[in-house]
Amino acid sequence: MAKMVSLTIDGRSISVLEGTLIVNAAKTIGIDIPVFCYHPKMEPVGMCRQCLVEVGRPMIDRSTGQPVMEGGQPKIAFGPKLETACTTPVSEGMIVLSQSEKAKASQKEILEFLLTSHPLDCPVCDKGGECPLQNLTMEHASPQSRFIYDEKHHAEKHVALGDKIWLDRERCIQCGRCIRFQDTVAGEPVLAFYQRGRATDIITNSEPPFDSIFSGNTTDICPVGALTTADFRFGARPWEMKAAASICSLCPVGCNVTFNTRREAKANGKVVIKRALPRQNEQVNEIWMCDRGRFGWHYTESEERLAKPLVRKNGKLEKVSWGKAISLAANLLADSKKDAVVLASGRLSNEDLFNLKQLADGLGGEALLYDSLPGGELTTTYGVPAGTNISDMGAGTTIVVAASDLYHETPIWHLRVKQAAERGATLVIVNSEATKLDKYAKHIVRCEKGGAAKKVNGLVKEFGDAISAAENLVVFFGADGSSALAEACAELVKSRAGKPNNGLIGVWPRANDQGALELGFKPARDLQAVFDRASVVYVAGADPIGDGAVNAKNKKQRPFVIVQELFLTETASLADIVLPAQAYTERDGSYASGERRVQRFYPAVPPLGETKADYAITAQLAAELGFELEGRSARLVMDKLAASVKSFTGISYRKLAEVTEQWPIIGRGDLYYGGTSYQNSQGLGVHLSLENKKA
Amino acid sequence: MRVLEPLIGLGKGLWVTLRSMFEKPVTVQYPEHKKPVKPRFRGRHVLKRYENGLEKCIGCALCAAACPADAIFVESSENTDEKRFSPGDRYASTYEINMLRCIYCGFCEEACPTEAIILGDNYELSFTDRRQAIYPKEMLIEPVLANGQPTPQKTEPGKFTRSVPEMKDPVD
Repeated sequence: MAKMVSLTIDGRSISVLEGTLIVNAAKTIGIDIPVFCYHPKMEPVGMCRQCLVEVGRPMIDRSTGQPVMEGGQPKIAFGPKLETACTTPVSEGMIVLSQSEKAKASQKEILEFLLTSHPLDCPVCDKGGECPLQNLTMEHASPQSRFIYDEKHHAEKHVALGDKIWLDRERCIQCGRCIRFQDTVAGEPVLAFYQRGRATDIITNSEPPFDSIFSGNTTDICPVGALTTADFRFGARPWEMKAAASICSLCPVGCNVTFNTRREAKANGKVVIKRALPRQNEQVNEIWMCDRGRFGWHYTESEERLAKPLVRKNGKLEKVSWGKAISLAANLLADSKKDAVVLASGRLSNEDLFNLKQLADGLGGEALLYDSLPGGELTTTYGVPAGTNISDMGAGTTIVVAASDLYHETPIWHLRVKQAAERGATLVIVNSEATKLDKYAKHIVRCEKGGAAKKVNGLVKEFGDAISAAENLVVFFGADGSSALAEACAELVKSRAGKPNNGLIGVWPRANDQGALELGFKPARDLQAVFDRASVVYVAGADPIGDGAVNAKNKKQRPFVIVQELFLTETASLADIVLPAQAYTERDGSYASGERRVQRFYPAVPPLGETKADYAITAQLAAELGFELEGRSARLVMDKLAASVKSFTGISYRKLAEVTEQWPIIGRGDLYYGGTSYQNSQGLGVHLSLENKKA
Repeated sequence: MRVLEPLIGLGKGLWVTLRSMFEKPVTVQYPEHKKPVKPRFRGRHVLKRYENGLEKCIGCALCAAACPADAIFVESSENTDEKRFSPGDRYASTYEINMLRCIYCGFCEEACPTEAIILGDNYELSFTDRRQAIYPKEMLIEPVLANGQPTPQKTEPGKFTRSVPEMKDPVD
């Protein structure tokens, strides 16, 4: 067990792990030592000098090696100069004074000095209102500056650092957080300092500029308004927006996010999403998110969204009432019964998929999962169980990534696997092409397209102990043509099934493929045959015709198609009935991430037009057909789901909303410390159990 | 004496009446005649312009933040040299005040970093429906001064480089 060290900070004694930095030790007992360059997720550099404190250590008698005592107490020797709390680790008997006259004076002076090169254009700055420099100035700085205003530093104010990020050189205080984030956390050193002294600038040295999928995170951790996103530029002031917790729906990582919303005149008085910020979940996305998730929610507010049900009349889709559309759809399904096919994609939530599955079962038809990984159902047996956390993986863990480019498919997994490798985990990559993860890999195995399975089968032979003797083994697998890859990967982890930090993780194309498979959906193979065979296909959240999986020209044999969608996709435009669904930002529900963590999302904006939640549409259809399905609320659907699907046993909305304390401390009151990421008070999610294991 | 007492009282009263017959009347024939307001009167808001016609408002929404009645709504957009509304980076693309909510406290004036919003001397605020009480920017902004240009203006690049225009010491 690690050694504990006792010390006193501002008269309060605490005991922390050896090696803890003073600034973090203080934070744990609620003492805020101001920082700019320090960030709890990165190594300290002590550049900004804002965290200067007085540090005293017990005097040691050189002859005896014992502390010098004075009046029964150890004699404390204070250094002649102040020390930076962010780079100094604690030591036994240390006394830290962060509020002493000397410390306060220096903190005040550093701020005064920083402000000589800061324009104070807070009224128009996007950071104004959630700005560490603003907050710390209000708290610690002197109201008057002794420097001459006319000698203020002037620099370019409008530099496009990349197409997504703006840089204001004048506002920059050269803390280097962005550079260090790119260097050490993202592993893409595309930012750098240029020139020296007063002329120091942030530049990008990549082509295209600021070429990183994690670039948005630098705007979160920038302690001033130097880095802002182009997407949110002048969008709203931070205090004017409301926050709604959600889950990013663009990949199976399931990053926790917070949507900031506002009612706007520009949007004809509608409540709209202004930006997405990461929400802390140390077991999923820590405090980061990728640019795809940060800027990729705009489609939910598209003008082209469907707002009313459509039914084909005389060859044309016409707007009708819900009642009419539902009764027509129910008639079609009632006539077809066993020849009905439900085709859903992993874009839908667990609740939607459960209801669709129930409907398919009730009709005696099939429930198929659209465009998933071949052999993906193996993850319901050999997937990672509760207690799995990539952040815990390090030396002793082997991570295999087969036929998947995590950087482009699931960026946050790339980031976390990369960090695990840096902590000492053995990374083995089997891929036909080079990926950005390659440079962190211990072993790289190149294969032909479609030949990954063979190479995975040979891993044990080739690397032996690295695979079979590893304490923990996690296998990420992507799509490689057939289910052979999934089977080969499952073979690697079979003996470890059910052990935390061991198992199979599917790099799914969509957010909730895992949930769909856990609920019993079968991955669809040869959709053309399905369309030729079925009499009615009920497509939810998928576009098989637009994706080219089904040829629509073959009209003779085309079944009746009911489409439940956000947009008039190609499939929808050829369908007989189109039912408008709500986007995930407009309703509540839950997704199961690739790590088999079920997480809740909450409504951020009111629903568009007459749209309904997918589970409610299915329930209404079922009611017309004479089944009883829950459609009143997502929470009630989850209760039913948890009672009937084994791996969901014990999961409820209340359970999903539970939170525990997380480190580092992030939140609105601690902007200066962790950045603008949101604190998680809406739920960390719950792992699915491996109850289906027998299969 | 007892007989005279009521008569004295009556006389005194009538004297007041008689005297006031020769005083200047205080009634103003509103709306034909209007009384000038006091210098610190707080009437309807006016959004000011600079002499060259550019708007003083930079769309920072600090007035909306300061407003205790939540009467102000601001949306901002970015200026370009091609289409410039204000000297800074941003301008108010939407600026609305709900005059029914406003309590004329003047906090918006105090919060404004560019002295763009002023509570003027117009007190003639009457509406026939609630929607009319929401004054959009077009109604609030003052007319372009004699030698100014209307906004948006086309300005030469490099002339307006500050995100907040530099202000002289405020004068009351």
